Amino acid sequence: MLIKHICKISNGQVWLDDNILHEDRQETFQSFIHEVYRSQKIAYPKFFKMDPLSKFAIVGSSIIFDNLDGDIERDTALVFANRSSCIDIDKKHLDTITHIDNYYPSPANFVYTLPNISLGEVSIKYNLKTENAFFVFEEFNKPFLFAYSETLLYQNKATMVLCAWIEVNNDAYEGIFFLVSKEGSEKNLTTQLKNFIIP
Amino acid sequence: MNVVKSNNIYILAGNCVTPSGFNLSENIEAIQKENIAIQEHNDQIYSSSSFYGGIIDNELLNQTIKKKIPLANNFSKLEKMMLLSLNNIKANYLPILKDRCGLIIASTKGNIDRINLDDEDYLLSQLGRKIAKSIGITTDPIVVSNACVSGILAVSVAKRLIQAGMYDHVVISAGDLFSRFVFSGFQSFYAVSSNPCKPYSANRDGITLGEAAASILITRDQSITDTTSYIISGDSSINDANHISGPSRNGDGLFKSIEEVLKNSNLSAIDVDCICAHGTATQYNDEMEAQAFNRSNLHETPVFSLKGFFGHTLGAAGLLETVVTLELANRKIIPPSFGYDFNGLTLPLAISTGQQNIQINTVLKTASGFGGVNTAVLFQKPKPFFNVN
Repeated sequence: MLIKHICKISNGQVWLDDNILHEDRQETFQSFIHEVYRSQKIAYPKFFKMDPLSKFAIVGSSIIFDNLDGDIERDTALVFANRSSCIDIDKKHLDTITHIDNYYPSPANFVYTLPNISLGEVSIKYNLKTENAFFVFEEFNKPFLFAYSETLLYQNKATMVLCAWIEVNNDAYEGIFFLVSKEGSEKNLTTQLKNFIIP
Repeated sequence: MNVVKSNNIYILAGNCVTPSGFNLSENIEAIQKENIAIQEHNDQIYSSSSFYGGIIDNELLNQTIKKKIPLANNFSKLEKMMLLSLNNIKANYLPILKDRCGLIIASTKGNIDRINLDDEDYLLSQLGRKIAKSIGITTDPIVVSNACVSGILAVSVAKRLIQAGMYDHVVISAGDLFSRFVFSGFQSFYAVSSNPCKPYSANRDGITLGEAAASILITRDQSITDTTSYIISGDSSINDANHISGPSRNGDGLFKSIEEVLKNSNLSAIDVDCICAHGTATQYNDEMEAQAFNRSNLHETPVFSLKGFFGHTLGAAGLLETVVTLELANRKIIPPSFGYDFNGLTLPLAISTGQQNIQINTVLKTASGFGGVNTAVLFQKPKPFFNVN
């Protein structure tokens, strides 16, 4: 299995392979991810209606897919994971149902209380009618994400897999997106990224 | 004991905990008596007005835990349900499985009844660790949280990981609660039925929620299988890339998933003996399934939904319904599709209207959910145990 591209988003920095694409120190996750969205010219207005997790997924996936040399493979599977599921939107929904005299649950919030909605948003943006799954672990589980992506590639469920660790919890965030395939030439990654990603 | 490694991946030892019973046989008995788990409730914890739902009695659950798993006395309701459903696997299989055994937890919202704004104990990652520790599985727990397909997607994930050589066996436990959190959300969608839900009916008007836990063992070791075991012969989970809260009109994702499992299994539609479908009783879901089953030429295959019996148990549903359907199949039973009366679909389906007794060797389980996911898994009786007249 070969890693074709890696996008790492953390500590105010956005890396694609060995290039830094964006750097700024915003106070909040929302202002940071909105800045990245604008600087990378993602142009997808639905983005602004999404919960933090889906916004993160859209930005990371777009950076990988929009920078491909050729077209995106039609059977690119999506495998996402994180630690806190969709905790921010859980709390937002909870806030709308806690007080009887201020009770206003909304479908627009509630639907995002499932972490796999982030997979749906990316599938819709890139019209990917493909395999997808969302997993939860206590920490970034590289061996599992690699092993599961390999099963999809070698059991002919997909020709490429976009794997992602997308953790957002209030203003703490860490995103690692990597596109893998059975064959092709491996990018010449910086040691820093390689150490981060290779199990 | 040596593992007899087979190319086949088997599913066995299913069990479940629902309002209808705390083990599989109690649930099967309730189904045969058509004694549905859904009841009218009036409980301020969940809603300010009365509602229908499938809710497990706390007192009864606590008494049973006290007797069977006293160590779990201080655990959450969901953890108690899951551990009770795992009791049989823990006692009869785990001692012989040793360390090549994985654990998958499937849930949409886990301990959501314990959410508050200040701590993170309710998180799914914590639930995985707690269940693993309680049953003595030492590998890292894998939590699948993929909306309403979670439970059946977990079966597919387990099969793939075993095939890839990561494990020889995988224990799966799926569970979700009836909660104010989820109930209020579906109410805000105007998606909750005012009566026990009626999948595929002309009178259907939305879902009824339920709660349950179900557990099962997936293995490549033929020596621990028995005559009740099934082979997982095909599996697929395809997104329809249409809308985050609505299925595609033409059932594209589900159709693609079904085509893939038939291809994996070297079978055609005519070989499928029955379908345990998703059947939530929303207008869009049931119609989408009718489109997909017709496109797959499965419109003459007996089909039923168990949502009219248990309610929609969310992430547990796929596994609960698989466990129940495979046991019914072993007893040569296709259950009625509970709540169905008058056809409310634009395309024909062979909806089961009463208990049928036929030979069942091939079972198709499907599920769909928010986010556009559609999972299909095909189960087949191993040839030596083929049911023949």
